[in-house]
Amino acid sequence: MKTNDKGVLTGTHNLSGNQACAEGALAAGCRFLSAYPIPPSIEVIERFTQRAKEVDAIFIQMEDEISVLAAVLGASWAGKKAMTVTSGPGLSLMMEHIGLGVMLETPCVIVNVQRCGPSEGIPNSPSQGDVMQARWGSHGDYEIIVIYPNSPQEMFTQTIEAFNLSEKYRTPVVILSDESLARMVEKVVIPPANKIILEPRKHYKGPKNKYLPFKYDKDLVPPMVNAGEGYKFHITGLTHDEKGYPVMNEECQELNVHRLVRKIRNYVDNITNIEEKNLSDAEIVVVSYGITSRTVDKALKQARKDGINVGSIRLITVWPFPDKEIMKLSKKVKAFIVPELNFGQILLEVQRCNYGNAKIRFVEYGHEEIQNSDPILNAIRSLTK
Amino acid sequence: MKNVKHPMDFYLRMDRMPHIWCTGCGIGLTATAFVAAMEKAKLDTNKVCVVSGIGCTGRFAGYIKLDSFHTTHGRAIPFATGLKLANPELKVVVVSGDGDLISIGGNHFIHAARRNIDMVVICVNNFIYAMTGGQVAPTTPLTAYTTTSPYGNFEPPSNIPQIAESSGAVYVARWTALHIRRLTNSIFEALNKPGFTVVEVISPCAQYYSRINRLGDGLDMMKFYHENSQIKHWEPTDNLYIDYQKEIIVGKFVDRERPTYSESYKKWLAE
Repeated sequence: MKTNDKGVLTGTHNLSGNQACAEGALAAGCRFLSAYPIPPSIEVIERFTQRAKEVDAIFIQMEDEISVLAAVLGASWAGKKAMTVTSGPGLSLMMEHIGLGVMLETPCVIVNVQRCGPSEGIPNSPSQGDVMQARWGSHGDYEIIVIYPNSPQEMFTQTIEAFNLSEKYRTPVVILSDESLARMVEKVVIPPANKIILEPRKHYKGPKNKYLPFKYDKDLVPPMVNAGEGYKFHITGLTHDEKGYPVMNEECQELNVHRLVRKIRNYVDNITNIEEKNLSDAEIVVVSYGITSRTVDKALKQARKDGINVGSIRLITVWPFPDKEIMKLSKKVKAFIVPELNFGQILLEVQRCNYGNAKIRFVEYGHEEIQNSDPILNAIRSLTK
Repeated sequence: MKNVKHPMDFYLRMDRMPHIWCTGCGIGLTATAFVAAMEKAKLDTNKVCVVSGIGCTGRFAGYIKLDSFHTTHGRAIPFATGLKLANPELKVVVVSGDGDLISIGGNHFIHAARRNIDMVVICVNNFIYAMTGGQVAPTTPLTAYTTTSPYGNFEPPSNIPQIAESSGAVYVARWTALHIRRLTNSIFEALNKPGFTVVEVISPCAQYYSRINRLGDGLDMMKFYHENSQIKHWEPTDNLYIDYQKEIIVGKFVDRERPTYSESYKKWLAE
């Protein structure tokens, strides 16, 4: 493999979702991966470690997923773009440091290649059972950005996007994948390095002795510095003041913790990334994400052939949820169809934003494999009767 | 009175004083020893990071004027691992308590020692979970009372130097909080030693451990530990169990060479 000095593997390749994810990370400038081996995510680690030498990247296999994310946060504070990759059981262990990452406003990316749960479940079968966990898993109130690509190509581009969002909003960003997306091999086009837009770290520019770790700008995001640059800063997972010192009172909770929610919520429109298809005349809209959306496409084509006015929305960013878009549509359309590889998680969100306006049909794929498009097609047809 | 600066002020966040540690606690003395060792080592203070976990000693990072991180319970070592690997120029020091490092963080302690990651670990051992109100710890000596061992502790305690040595630490020492000069010297040696180095500090918990076991005030306990300690350098670490209110063996037990993680990683990259 030949890459340029930026580690970008420019060209057209056949890559699996997992390999594309590793390439996306390297192209985004990620130079620190810490992970604990867990299927079906291992190919990301393998690809990254194979390429680590070329680009002077660091990989460490830690003793568990708790320490994995702690090391990622440490590496991020040392100035590296850092990431980890795991699957459901690992994500459960990472929840502690997703909270710390949010609290310390630490840019980092967590890739969760979902498998069937709960517990050990079926290690090598796809599922979308962690969609809610990715949003709500750590304790306390917080907001987080979650992206769910649906192809190896998008695994590449959205991994870069995940790093960009994490730097811009100074927050951990979760990428959801699943076993089938992880191992599906497709054409991936990797552009030249100068065509890849990277969000630089928002570095503090003022005088050294005036630096306050949590003094935020208009966009509610505080500029950051790295360890070892001479700022002698302090940060803590406790509620803190602008200096980063623990101060546990209402004012600091308001100033520094409520802000963590607002810095995402205020920018939902900028963060939201959805793909709309045939919405102009749609009476029925299928809301899907990730691997399930690939099945939806097939059902949609057939239904259109049958003369049914059906459209679709695909959530590329699953969280923050596109409340406004679903709410607007709910007043316009007859019905929503929500197919998921779980027992109804995003369904709850669609119900919430629907305000009882349109009918909602859930297509349950609570099985250990991706299904064909028939159940979705049947749901579409049944709604036209 | 003139506003005279104390020589240690350079290393301390004076805007955070008074600190939260109780009168008679040994963590403050550990901070004194650490600062003295830093002075002696003449390290570039811009490149030294302190990482702490949670608990009384977990607050250590908050009072030291270096890049300092107050992280999650038990995870100071993996956080420090990330810092060190991502920027090998940094000198990373973990200061935390026995519950943090040996109980909830025990696995990280073992594996960082095994990998021989470059870091200094200062473990303040006060035999109890103090910040949460005096519960039994993995270091509580047999028969000692705590709020969660009301009939006396019957779990054998961990022997921290032995865990450190058997896991691969290259430098292991133990002192009581009153052994200021020797403790300072050990921290100084640890700061200068490549690899995973461990300094255990036996410190009185003047509030909980002392009160529930009726051991007097902090100073009484500190004196007791000091007077009942015996310096035995190079003592085999399996002899270092601490019995309730008995002799405590202190000294430097391990000082050896092993390739560090960073060295091995660099070698792998160069191959």
